[in-house]
Amino acid sequence: MSNTIKCPGCDKELSVKELRDNLGICPSCGKYFKIPWEYRMNLIVDENSYQEFGGEMQSCNILGIPGYDEKLADNKLKTNQNDAVSTGLCTIDGQKAILCSMNFTFMGGSMGSIVAEKLTAAMIQGALEDLPVIICTASGGARMQEGIFSLMQMAKTSAAAALMEEVSVPLFIVLTGPTTGGVTASFAMLGDVILAEPQALIGFAGPRVIQGTIGQELPPNFQTSEFQLDHGFVDAIVERKDLHKTLSFLIKTHKRVEA
Amino acid sequence: MSETYEEIKERLSLIDKVTPPRSAWSCVQMARNIKRPGTMDYINLIFDDFMELHGDRSFADDPAMIGGLAMFGDRPVTIIGTKKGSNLKENLDCNYGMSKPEGYRKALRLAKQAEKFHRPVISFIDTPGAYPGIGSEERGVGEAIAFNLKKLATLKVPTLSFITGEGGSGGALGIGITDKIYLLENAVYSVITPEGFASILLHDPSKAEEAANIMKMTSHDLLELKIINGIIPEVEEGAHTNPEFTAEAIKQTIEKDLNTLCAKDPMSLVRYRLRKIRSIGASPDQHEWWQPLLSLMQKAEKVKN
Repeated sequence: MSNTIKCPGCDKELSVKELRDNLGICPSCGKYFKIPWEYRMNLIVDENSYQEFGGEMQSCNILGIPGYDEKLADNKLKTNQNDAVSTGLCTIDGQKAILCSMNFTFMGGSMGSIVAEKLTAAMIQGALEDLPVIICTASGGARMQEGIFSLMQMAKTSAAAALMEEVSVPLFIVLTGPTTGGVTASFAMLGDVILAEPQALIGFAGPRVIQGTIGQELPPNFQTSEFQLDHGFVDAIVERKDLHKTLSFLIKTHKRVEA
Repeated sequence: MSETYEEIKERLSLIDKVTPPRSAWSCVQMARNIKRPGTMDYINLIFDDFMELHGDRSFADDPAMIGGLAMFGDRPVTIIGTKKGSNLKENLDCNYGMSKPEGYRKALRLAKQAEKFHRPVISFIDTPGAYPGIGSEERGVGEAIAFNLKKLATLKVPTLSFITGEGGSGGALGIGITDKIYLLENAVYSVITPEGFASILLHDPSKAEEAANIMKMTSHDLLELKIINGIIPEVEEGAHTNPEFTAEAIKQTIEKDLNTLCAKDPMSLVRYRLRKIRSIGASPDQHEWWQPLLSLMQKAEKVKN
């Protein structure tokens, strides 16, 4: 197995260690690579403060779609996780919060019933206990293997965001690449503050679908974090190294000050 | 001549275990039939009068999403619905029923207006999905749909939706989170088209017919899965051969539901809706999870007032 990766941004051969030491960013051209969710989680939370909950929940093949059971089994083995999101309690500069990290490696981070229920439970716990909720997204959208059930999970997660809004508990979103489809069209766009990592793919319809519909070239930068910032859908683009301090600041500034 | 309303009701009540009258694939074709009655047809047949309200107050008026005010008997209601158009010119104007962000934002504006004036919201859905284009993305179609889902989940008035043809994914859901959801007998509702499902999961786009079966997208499938509340009957040959019949069935459904739902206080409507939404798919073990939240919501409401 090769220990080097060719950077798609500048063609430079990078060692895995070099890339890891630089937070998954090419040291020569600044290209952002996808990183494992645990890696990002560790960048965000205070050391050893993450306590996962809901990790035992497992998806089932509710519609009996051929191949789904095998796919789930393979992805569990591959990721050592039961599904495509991890939810847990943490502290950030000593401030308590709930952190949800989607895992693109598990079936493209797709949202089925379990992913949505875990996110919903996390948001509802946040609403009840007055804890800010942070969700790092990474998802191709709804999980096709769960058919209509996966569509309804957009409703479920959005309803949870609505409940947080009703009781004025903050929801912070960190968009990472890629975030598309049913995740973009639900909780991912419902944060009180929406941050994005640089260069992430963020959009609703896939670029190929759009190209197929309109039959013309897509503009450069289309559906990137930078595009979303330009069009007003992202509050700020935040470098990985700054995620911890930015989220810490957001938690501090969203506390209600007693009169 | 076709069956009477009573005969169809009888037939539908027997449907429980018998084979559905049409295959999933033939429902897909029926749902896409260009002659199928659309939102405007049902509005004209069901409501005494209708005044269309235009625009999202921000960017444009999307002809693919219509909305406005009407009387249902003595009751004022707000109507929102997708529009495919009934001739080629209208089809093109309406992008074949594919709404852009401004369409979803118009629907949201009208839903909020309905809440402010305590009017029920009734939506009619027939869309292949939201419009996938450069402008749609530039103006945040994902954000627009997301905000509708969030607002509709806790809207403090009764809401009903009728999927009359194609219920195409997020584009349909964007105006379809309601207290009660009905499918016309030959309508379909799914997260992706059978063609898309076949090409992604069966690795063969020509297997759309097989995909339609697997996906559970027909009215009978969705009723069994408890995604929808009921089926609106059509005559044997399909709604386009007798729109009056289907319109009458929708009318009776609205009448019955509004009588029940309008009698409920807003918080119990919201509680019912939230419970229902959360129960789809994996649901929590605790039975009364919503109770402490509703007390918090009520407290927050008092602070605001």
